[in-house]
Amino acid sequence: MSRVAVVGMPNTGKSTLFNRLTGSHAQIGNWPGLTVDLLQAELSLSGRTLQLIDLPGIYDLRGHTDDEAVVRRFLESTPVDLVLVVLNASQVDRQLRLALQVQQLGLPAVVLLNMGDEARRFGVSINTEALSAELGLPVLLGSAKYRMGLAALQAAVLRSLEGQAAGSAPQPVQRLEERLRAVDGELEATQAQLVATAVQLPKQWHDRWTRRLDAVLLHPLLGLPLFLLAMALMFQAIYAIGVPVQEWLGTLLERFGSGVLKPLLTPLPSFLQGFLLEGVYQGIGTVTAFLPVIALFFLAMGVVEDSGYLSRAAFLMDALMERLGLDGRSFVLSLMGFGCNVPAILGTRVMRDRSLRLLTMLVIPFSLCSARLNVFLFMAAVFFPPRQGGLVIFALYVISFLAAILTALLFRGRFSSNEPLVLELPPYRLPTLGQTLGRAWAEVRHFWFWSRRFIIFGVVAVWLLNNLPLGVEPASQLSLAGRIGSLLQPLLSPIGINAKLAVALLFGFIAKEIVLGGLAVIYSQVDPAALSRAIASDVSWIQAVSFMLFTLLYTPCLSTVAVIRSESKRLDFTLLSVAWSLLLAWLVSFLFFQTASRIS
Amino acid sequence: MRAPLRLVDLPRGSRATVESLRADAGLQQRLEALGLRPGQAVQMLRRGWWAGPLHIRVGMTELMLRRRDAARVSLVA
Repeated sequence: MSRVAVVGMPNTGKSTLFNRLTGSHAQIGNWPGLTVDLLQAELSLSGRTLQLIDLPGIYDLRGHTDDEAVVRRFLESTPVDLVLVVLNASQVDRQLRLALQVQQLGLPAVVLLNMGDEARRFGVSINTEALSAELGLPVLLGSAKYRMGLAALQAAVLRSLEGQAAGSAPQPVQRLEERLRAVDGELEATQAQLVATAVQLPKQWHDRWTRRLDAVLLHPLLGLPLFLLAMALMFQAIYAIGVPVQEWLGTLLERFGSGVLKPLLTPLPSFLQGFLLEGVYQGIGTVTAFLPVIALFFLAMGVVEDSGYLSRAAFLMDALMERLGLDGRSFVLSLMGFGCNVPAILGTRVMRDRSLRLLTMLVIPFSLCSARLNVFLFMAAVFFPPRQGGLVIFALYVISFLAAILTALLFRGRFSSNEPLVLELPPYRLPTLGQTLGRAWAEVRHFWFWSRRFIIFGVVAVWLLNNLPLGVEPASQLSLAGRIGSLLQPLLSPIGINAKLAVALLFGFIAKEIVLGGLAVIYSQVDPAALSRAIASDVSWIQAVSFMLFTLLYTPCLSTVAVIRSESKRLDFTLLSVAWSLLLAWLVSFLFFQTASRIS
Repeated sequence: MRAPLRLVDLPRGSRATVESLRADAGLQQRLEALGLRPGQAVQMLRRGWWAGPLHIRVGMTELMLRRRDAARVSLVA
C-alpha cells in the first residue's frame, strides 16, 4: 500500500479534493505521536491501493501554529510515498512557496493547481509545463469542485509512484527544520522567478461580483444588520422545514415500534422486553427523529461557509470581538458551535496564542447547539402556543449570546492576548449541490459517530436507573433514579427542578441528545403527544423555562468536556470550564425561577 | 520630515507598495505567506467600522487584518 499525504494552504479546496478522490469512505484515524485525529481513506487506482491522509491546512512548513506543528511532526514520524500539494491556482503568486518547501525536503510530490475555473475567470494563466520543468515535479491544473482534471491527477499520482525505485522503502523526513531553514532566504526569489517564467497575472482584478457583493455585505451600516437578518432567516428556514419532517419521522418510528417490534418481542421476559423497547428503541428513535434538523443545520452552515460569507462575518464582528478580548475567528467558531460544540472547539487550532484559544474554548460551550435545540423545541411546544414558543426559542438564543459575552468579559483579563489577526477573504463562490450535500452528509455522520455511543449508553442507563432495583415501580421514589433525584433536591428545588427533571439533567451531562429520550423513559410515555401531556401535568411553565435555562447553560456534553481537555491539555482549565458553566446555569435559573414565581 | 507611510494610514481606495515589515517572526511569516512582502502593491479596499479591521488586496489575494498589525507594515507611495 502506498501512503499519500495531502498538503495545502487553507482555502485551496483541499478537503473538497480529498472527498472527490476518496468518495465518502473517509475515516478518522489516530496517528502515533500526533495529538489530533486526521481524516484518511483508502482507494484503489488501477489495482494499486493508496492510503490518502488529509493533513491540516497550513501556510508554511516552518510556521508557528499548532496545525503547522502537526504537519511537521507527521512528516518527521511517518514515511510517505508521495505528497500531494494542493495550491489555489489563482494565488500561485504566493502559494508556490509551499511546493518549494516540499521539494526541498526531497519528498516525491505531485502539485495540483486547484480552482482552475476561478483562475481562468480572474484572468490568471499558468503554463503548467514550464512550471513542472522548473520545479522538477508534475504540475497539473484542475478543479476538484467541478471534477476537472481529476483523471489526469490520478494518472500523475500513479506514474510518480510507479517511477519510484522498487524496494526503496520511504523514510520519514530527517532534519526537517534544518533543511527548510537552509532555503528560507531564497524562497521568495525562487518563487518570484517561477511566477515570472510560468504565470501571467491580470493587470486588473476581474472579480466584479465579489466587488459588488462586498460593497453591500460589508457596508459600514448595512453589513451587520444584513448578516443578522441572514442568520435569523437561516434558522427560521431550518425549523420551518425541519420540524414537520421531524414530527413525521417520529410518528413513523413510533408506528414501527408498536406495530412491528412489539409483537416480535412478546416472547421475551417483560423486563427484557421493556429494556429493549422502552429503553433502547425509544431512546434511539427519539434521537433519530431529530437528525433532519441537524442535517439541515449543517447544510445551511456549509452553504454559508463555502460561499465565503463566513469570513465576512469575521470581518464584520471583529471590532466588537476585539473589545471582548476575542477576535473575528472566535465569533465564527461560536457560530459553528450552534451546530455542534465539538468541531467548533477543534477549530480553535487555527489560533496561535494560547490565551486567545483558551478564552474562545471557554465561550464556545455557551453556543446553543442542535442537541440542546431538540430539547427546547420539544419543551416549547409542550408549554407554549406556537407563536410564543418561537419567542421563547429566540430568547434562548439571545441568552446564549449574552452568556458568551459575559464569560468573555469576566475572563478576558485572565486570558489576555495580543494575537495578530490576518485572514484571507476569499472571493464569493457558488457552492455546488453535490459539494454541499456531501459535506452535510459527512457532518451528520461525524455527529452520529460522536454521539451514538453516548446516546445508547445514556438511554440504557436512564432506563436501568428507573427500573432498578428489580420489581420497583418504574421511575418512582423508590427507584435508583428517584433516590438520586431526591438526594439532589436541596440544591435543585430553589431553581424549580423536581426529582424527575433532575434525573434528565443528570443524563444531559453525558449528552443533550439523551435528555428527551430520558424524559420519555422517566415519564414512561412512548408517544410524544402523551409525553407532552405527562410533563405538562407534572411541572409548571416556570419550572419548564428554568429547566430550559439550566439546560442551555450547563456543560453541553461529555464529548465537549473531552475535547476541551484534549485540546487545552490542562485539567484545571477543563474543570474551570465545567464549574463556571454549572455556576452560571444555576444562578440564571435561580434568578428566573424566584423572580417569575414571585410575580405570578 | 514626514513620518513614513504605514498600511494602517492608507486611505480607502488608495494604492501603495510595501516597503518593509517590522513584526515578530510569527506575524511576519504569516504576512509573507499571504503575499504581503516588500515590493508588493497593496490597495485599501475598506476600513471596518468602530476601528475594526482593514480589508486590503495584495497580489491576487484579499485579506482582512487589524489596524494594530497593519501599523507594522510601512509603505512607499
